[in-house]
Amino acid sequence: MTESATTTTTHLMTINMGPQHPSTHGVLRLLLELDGETITKAVPHVGFLHRGVEKLAEYRTYHQCIPLTDRLDYVAPFSNNLAYALTVEKLLGIEIPERAQHIRVLLCELTRITSHLLWLATHALDMGAMTVFFYCFREREAIYDIFEMVSGARMHLSYIRVGGVSRDLPGGFLEKIRTFVSEFPSRINEYETLLTDNPIWKKRTVGVGIISAEDAIDYGLSGPSLRGSGVNWDIRKSEPYSGYDKYHFTVPLGKNGDVYDRYRVRIEEMHQSNKIVHQALNILPKGDCIARIPNVTLPTKEDVETNMESMISHFKLITDGIHPPKGEVYASIEAPKGELGFYLVSDGSSRPYRLKIRPPSFVNLEALPKMVEGRLLPDVVATIGSLDIVLGEIDR
Amino acid sequence: MDNEAIATFIKTRFPEEIVASHILRNELTLIVKKEHIADVARFLKENKELEFNFLSDLCGVDRIATDGVFEVVYHLYSIHKNHRVRIKALVPSEEPSIPTVTDVWKTANWHERETYDMFGITFDGHPDLRKILTPDDFEGHPLRKDYPLDGRQPAKLRDIYRKGEA
Repeated sequence: MTESATTTTTHLMTINMGPQHPSTHGVLRLLLELDGETITKAVPHVGFLHRGVEKLAEYRTYHQCIPLTDRLDYVAPFSNNLAYALTVEKLLGIEIPERAQHIRVLLCELTRITSHLLWLATHALDMGAMTVFFYCFREREAIYDIFEMVSGARMHLSYIRVGGVSRDLPGGFLEKIRTFVSEFPSRINEYETLLTDNPIWKKRTVGVGIISAEDAIDYGLSGPSLRGSGVNWDIRKSEPYSGYDKYHFTVPLGKNGDVYDRYRVRIEEMHQSNKIVHQALNILPKGDCIARIPNVTLPTKEDVETNMESMISHFKLITDGIHPPKGEVYASIEAPKGELGFYLVSDGSSRPYRLKIRPPSFVNLEALPKMVEGRLLPDVVATIGSLDIVLGEIDR
Repeated sequence: MDNEAIATFIKTRFPEEIVASHILRNELTLIVKKEHIADVARFLKENKELEFNFLSDLCGVDRIATDGVFEVVYHLYSIHKNHRVRIKALVPSEEPSIPTVTDVWKTANWHERETYDMFGITFDGHPDLRKILTPDDFEGHPLRKDYPLDGRQPAKLRDIYRKGEA
């Protein structure tokens, strides 16, 4: 035999995945360096959806920023509205009526369910389980109908206002949610029969994309991606906002920090969110759905039509806006994907001086190379799915 | 520990390095001399009383018009102790730079890249300081106040953005 036939040379191969690739869940581009099928290096490239939301916010009044936040994590727009409103309310130092708080929690948990449904649907689809996708979208559709009833929009709700919510719940709304809530646990069990003990699913997910608790904290992971590694941190429990301390729910935890554990955590979170919605329905108090603070919160439609002072206040708020005090605040919530925070700097004018968004997906994605390096190529698809990223909030 | 206790505790340890502190809306802010940021950060993370093991956020703020500086703002959280603190460092606007904290919290990597991209603040010792959100041939730093809202880009990039437009 000649020498060239006995000695084999290997060289690394670089392949480009995305930004147009269905399993990157948007416009994520990954440069993967491969040794055979093993990944030696993964470099994410982001920014393809950068719209300069933080810059735009500096040129808009505080209320005009609300629709901008819808377009961050567009599968959970209500959470974004809430986090932003909480930040402005913290800066203003105002109290929100009980009823508005309960409505917020109710819709926030429904949003968590839709977000997790979309995650489960696409995550399973990425790995070839197509039926799950159809099942999840069936329930997601039901929740979107509920959103449409309350806000008039299916995706970009913009239902929250500074000081409360834009209008009260429509008639027939609570019955509709009640029907959904009573049926939903059995639907989750349906998804689980397809996946949880499915040997193919387990082969693709158990022991894949592992990150230890220590690394997860160091990389700044939050939300289900962090709790999959067994770290018990949920902002709804540790720093309760919107009256979450009045609700009974548990925080599901994983153990191994792999794709399968993150899957189990999110499935259980849907059960818990369903429980919270149920409780919110039962304790929903009567009262105002927006605080009545002149020159800060928008007056109700009735007031504008019947009361001169309210009309003037409304006009001033729309044309000029709120003037919060000088200062800076940071408020964060437990969004479906993790810690969603807003850092707001005010110079006393009617527009934010600086609005920094802390998107959970941006930070969670940063840990991707750590999870996939040394693993096989198909594990990348599983791991991206398990991080539940949305490029809208990564690129902003 | 409550905010006052944390402030006193840190100021006792770093009397020279902490320039000022204030509390607004129950949020503690400490202003640190920029050359000591990495030391203070490591102490905040490793001290058993404070244990700020989670870097929530890191960003820049343009204060050139009023103070002639950029602020680099760090939001820290302790998962075990459940308390927060905001650290700020003032960076002069001419050739702005500050030591990196990537070797304290790994998550700082992308945050620092973003701050570099948006404000042009360089982080000394950063392992991979590249732009992150704007395209490679993008000129300028969009979140600086002197960058206009409808900022124009070189012809080549504009062609990519506005294909088909006259």
